Amino acid sequence: MNLADYRRAARAWLEENAPHDDPPGTDAISRAKEFMAKLYDAGYSGITWPAQWGGQGLTQAEERAFAAEARDYTLPTYVFSIGLGMTGPTLVDRGTDAQRERFVRPLLRGEEIWCQLFSEPGAGSDVASLQTKAERDGDHWVINGQKVWTSVAHHADWGLLLARTDVEVPKHKGLTMFVVDMHHPGVTVRPLKDMSGRSNFNEIYFDNVIIPDEHRVGEVNDGWSVAVTTLLHERLSISAGVGMGGSKDHPASVEALRRVLDTSDPLVRDQLVELHIRSRALALFNQRLSQETKAGIFPGARGSGAKLLLAELTLFQADLATQLVGPETALADHPLAQALSMAPGMALGGGTNEIMRNIVGDRVLGLPPEPRVDKNVPFKDLKVGTQA
Amino acid sequence: MKLVLGEEQRQLQESVRSFLGSASPLRKAREGYDPQVYARLNGELGLSGLIIPEEYGGAGAGLTELSVALEETGAALLPGPFLATAFAAIALTATPDKELLSGIADGRLAATLGLPTGDLPACDGTSVSGRLAQVLSGMEADVLVTPATAADGGAVMVAVELTAPGVTRTALDALDITRGQAEIVLDGAPCRVLGARRDDGVMDRVCVALAAEQLGVMRAALDAIVAYAKIRVAFGRYIGSYQGVKHKLADMHNKLEQAESIVRYAAWAADEAPDELPEAAALAQAYIGRACFEVARDHLLLYGGIGYTWEHDAHLFYKRAKADEVLLGPPRIHRARLAELLEL
Repeated sequence: MNLADYRRAARAWLEENAPHDDPPGTDAISRAKEFMAKLYDAGYSGITWPAQWGGQGLTQAEERAFAAEARDYTLPTYVFSIGLGMTGPTLVDRGTDAQRERFVRPLLRGEEIWCQLFSEPGAGSDVASLQTKAERDGDHWVINGQKVWTSVAHHADWGLLLARTDVEVPKHKGLTMFVVDMHHPGVTVRPLKDMSGRSNFNEIYFDNVIIPDEHRVGEVNDGWSVAVTTLLHERLSISAGVGMGGSKDHPASVEALRRVLDTSDPLVRDQLVELHIRSRALALFNQRLSQETKAGIFPGARGSGAKLLLAELTLFQADLATQLVGPETALADHPLAQALSMAPGMALGGGTNEIMRNIVGDRVLGLPPEPRVDKNVPFKDLKVGTQA
Repeated sequence: MKLVLGEEQRQLQESVRSFLGSASPLRKAREGYDPQVYARLNGELGLSGLIIPEEYGGAGAGLTELSVALEETGAALLPGPFLATAFAAIALTATPDKELLSGIADGRLAATLGLPTGDLPACDGTSVSGRLAQVLSGMEADVLVTPATAADGGAVMVAVELTAPGVTRTALDALDITRGQAEIVLDGAPCRVLGARRDDGVMDRVCVALAAEQLGVMRAALDAIVAYAKIRVAFGRYIGSYQGVKHKLADMHNKLEQAESIVRYAAWAADEAPDELPEAAALAQAYIGRACFEVARDHLLLYGGIGYTWEHDAHLFYKRAKADEVLLGPPRIHRARLAELLEL
């Protein structure tokens, strides 16, 4: 099938099968699973993944064609996004054949939901300083510790877990990656209420959780290189979604603000012009990155620059909008109060602004790295987390 | 919408960049206009005729190609009347004149565009009188193209040979030492009326052309300070390894990414989507004028004391960026235009 035919077929399938509305209700997960199964059976899940493990074995061209068509719909694929964007590709890249055979197809078909378990209360930007322990006991491992900021964990069947297996070596060299059963009785998932009042992520406690050795991903103490694979996939999936659609409905957009403000006031007008300039500048940058990708120029770390700009714009926009609209935005249920409460999330999730600036500086501009004081120190002698 | 250069445009970019790298390296920028460089630029590369229609001996290319060339002349801080001639060529494509267009295309004529801020010069059909306070490259240009008021009160475009009697040119002491300005007083100077002055996107295209030069200026300033941050050591470390420096450079890079995206968009709009051009042009000046100056300023500051010296090139970028930012008027006019176009 040539690309134009592929795209036409995808459009027809989406028109027929994509949900046109998403009624709220308790069975949202089961409906999402039903849709995912249909998507997989039609050949649109795992388009570029190897056919051997359940993917379609097609190229980026087909994937882009489908994504372009899917942009006009809101597909209920959110709970599968960690599996599809991060943990699944990691297993395809680094898993054993038995793991690929066991996990990839159910993941693509939406039968099993995945989460990613890297960050800890004491290890955020510096995730390699994590302290959750994995101790070997014969042919299995025993896990104790705590993870945090874990999206969709309350729905997850499986988690990709990074844990410490050796404290005698420097921090990057004593980590190992595992697949953990989220239904194990030693796993406790607690929703975290964020500053906007919503609960979109969780903290997870591991209390003597058992993992068979065949669920280890990569070699013992080589978990960092596996994690780098996952993080690479994470950044790709975030920057691919950056700045896509929906901005007109945002209560702090120029379009929304002009409807409620007196734009005969030149000061108001100029602030809206500033917001327009910043929004357009970023939107055009994102479109250029996407056109470059289509032309075969891989954006790489420049996507982190776009993510940084989106975080800054999100904060600026909510702040400006509340200033322009005034006292009513100090009431919690005002849409702009909500926007203000949610705004810091973009600057923290997927890497803080400071980490993004480091990435742009190091990998785009090629600046010298900062000297590392932790590089050759055994983990047990290292200061980690929050020290009084 | 096309925001990525095509293969031929990349070749143009590469050939202009490598030509200027050898023919007009930065150390020549403060020596002023070198007609020999222009002879080769216009002869070997045909840059002066880039946007001039083929029927007048030009290449018939669009603002996209002109932007590519201007980005490189901006990065080189090329002295002389290149930008001024491009402005005049943009105006002349709206009110075509065979002699002038073919003269510019084959590199015989350097021209400039009058951007009067007060009263327009008065034209009686064959001669023109008035004063233009600041004309870009006014001493180097052979011909001035300027709006003027006709005897019937309408606005016309006229061309004046700058060596003619009745023309008094005075070189001004410009902030930007790489490119001059002149005061031009016309006292019954002979002129040719090119046609009625029409509002057909000339000033929008001028905005886009200037933004392309500014993109080059900011790119070169950022490249220079990034290179320095990799070799300069303080407290036993390369300064580029300090987050205080690195994070500033990352922010400057992000400004450059957005500026390039806007220039590509505005040039595409000029060539392919005239409906979008007014807003794109105002956006280009409103964003890039500021961004270019901020990047040039921060690049100078990051050099430390050496960047404040006359001998160092940093102030050349800083001053060119400021001169460009205010070239078409106080920058607020671009923001006001945006507000008007957005019907705010």
